[in-house]
Amino acid sequence: MTCRNAGAILSGGYWVTQSRFSFPIIRSAGLNGMLVTFADALSEPSNRATLAFSEAVKTRGWPGVQEVSTSLASVFLRFEHEVLRHEALKDLLWGLLAEQDWQQAALPAGRRLWRVPTVFGTELAPQLAEAADAAGMTEAQAIDSLGSARVRVLTIGFAPGQPYLGPLGAEWNLPRQTELTPQVPVGALVLAISQFVLFATTAPTGWRHVGQTGFRGFQLGAEDPIALRPGDEMIFTPVSRSDYDRYCLDDRHFGGASQEEIPA
Amino acid sequence: MSGLKTLRIGPLASIQDQGRPGQLQQGVSCSGAADLLALAEGAALLRQGADLAALEMAGIGGLFEATGDLRIALTGAPMQASLDGEPLAWNASHQMQTGQKLEIGAARKGVYGYLHLGGGIDSEVLLGARSAHLMSGLGQLVAAGDLLPCGPDRSREVGLGLLAEDRFQGGALRIVEGFQSELFDAEVRARFAHTAFKRGSRANRMGVEMISDGAGFAAAGQLNILSEVILPGDVQMTGDGKPFVLLREAQTTGGYPRIGTVLPCDLSKVAQAQAGVDLHFTWVSLEEGLALQAKHDAMVKALPSHCKPLLRDPAMMQDLLSYQLVGGVISAQADPFETGDNT
Repeated sequence: MTCRNAGAILSGGYWVTQSRFSFPIIRSAGLNGMLVTFADALSEPSNRATLAFSEAVKTRGWPGVQEVSTSLASVFLRFEHEVLRHEALKDLLWGLLAEQDWQQAALPAGRRLWRVPTVFGTELAPQLAEAADAAGMTEAQAIDSLGSARVRVLTIGFAPGQPYLGPLGAEWNLPRQTELTPQVPVGALVLAISQFVLFATTAPTGWRHVGQTGFRGFQLGAEDPIALRPGDEMIFTPVSRSDYDRYCLDDRHFGGASQEEIPA
Repeated sequence: MSGLKTLRIGPLASIQDQGRPGQLQQGVSCSGAADLLALAEGAALLRQGADLAALEMAGIGGLFEATGDLRIALTGAPMQASLDGEPLAWNASHQMQTGQKLEIGAARKGVYGYLHLGGGIDSEVLLGARSAHLMSGLGQLVAAGDLLPCGPDRSREVGLGLLAEDRFQGGALRIVEGFQSELFDAEVRARFAHTAFKRGSRANRMGVEMISDGAGFAAAGQLNILSEVILPGDVQMTGDGKPFVLLREAQTTGGYPRIGTVLPCDLSKVAQAQAGVDLHFTWVSLEEGLALQAKHDAMVKALPSHCKPLLRDPAMMQDLLSYQLVGGVISAQADPFETGDNT
């Protein structure tokens, strides 16, 4: 994947964007949280840094750190202020940041590539035409573009097991809608700001519903209720409505999706 | 097994505990009781752990029948309550005998009332908690006919009351700056704290709308910032610059910018504000916020020692008299428990 972050330039080993900050930055989050941010725009290197740095923080096992999680370009830590003071944690984090160029770090091991049969457009995914129009493409071009993109699980969030996927090309850098779509179903593939979200629940969204899959990212009671992990990759293979129906009938959990290990 | 059979129930009642902290990486919201303080108060009144589950009732309660002898406590938004027709004190613990009926009516103020069982509600644990989180497909609303089973009850003490902190009429919400505060101009942040808000009509366990006269509180580039981790208490601005205070059930990430984070100790006040109640925000430094939260945490820790026998429970009268003789703390002139409304 290439970096399509038009505003980013490489400077002194760190990605910086056209903002008041030079990255990475460390900021407090609420009373007992700390956020390490690698960029304010999505890029492959900043997400790579996020995933690798998060693993490194977990491996350190600093006393007082209660939770480590990642968002698109940030690592969030929740910690016990009585055990670990804000300034002390910042020092630890700056020390770890200095150890290597995290933008070039290896991705976590054990990642998988998922191929997910997807219906683009039709009444199942009614906003493909609108999204294609906004990206300056025909619907067929949009399906070619979106259906061939190999995207990474950048983070899981909003709802259990729900991935943010990307980055897509800059032509897909569409703003969120100002009005919410009242409801999209489980398995909905929605798009905004050069990312997909693959809905693991039924919910309102400000993103455009461009594809529909039979993939359920969250299945309570399953041995592994959350199917995806940050760092996994996905391809949304265009299929016909009749094939989609057959996949969903045969595989009620993943709608015919296949998975294979990505060699380290 | 003892439990409460639900004969009638309001539309938005659910089982809640302290929720599911620690699973943000899987996209699992912390969730849990909207008013955590009420959960702690119920635990103190029943002399049990604050990690046990209770029934959260939004606005209105229901009618319940005991399937065995059991203890209960009532906390949170004060509601009319009676046991076989006899009025029950709120913010208190009581004994129920097999077959007795507990009726809980509408909230007199506040939003969320809590019904606690001795031993907690022993419902199924889902992803590490008993809390219903409907958007995530975890658990469901409690319906008529449902049985609320008690867990193992290790205490027998009842007839305790507690003077609960009044968080039912709005007021000041202390807020710290966060990692997106700088997306808002200093002028906007200052105006935010000088604005009189009312709780809007859009509110649920995920978040509460704040409405005010005058201009909104927009950030620059509002629709294009990266989605980022959400913390309970974050004040999110929607596209038109309208603030929502996000509660513990909020989604784990979101793309709308957040001007700051309300202190955890003030979130009960947000959740318990009825529509139209006056609220305003007060900026505090991180150090001030930590000190205020620590003070609150100490208060919560001390709750068990503040539970005192109810004056009107004859079974406890002997203990109460001896307590008064020894401690001299309870004043007969200013008895908060006489009215049955201990808030």
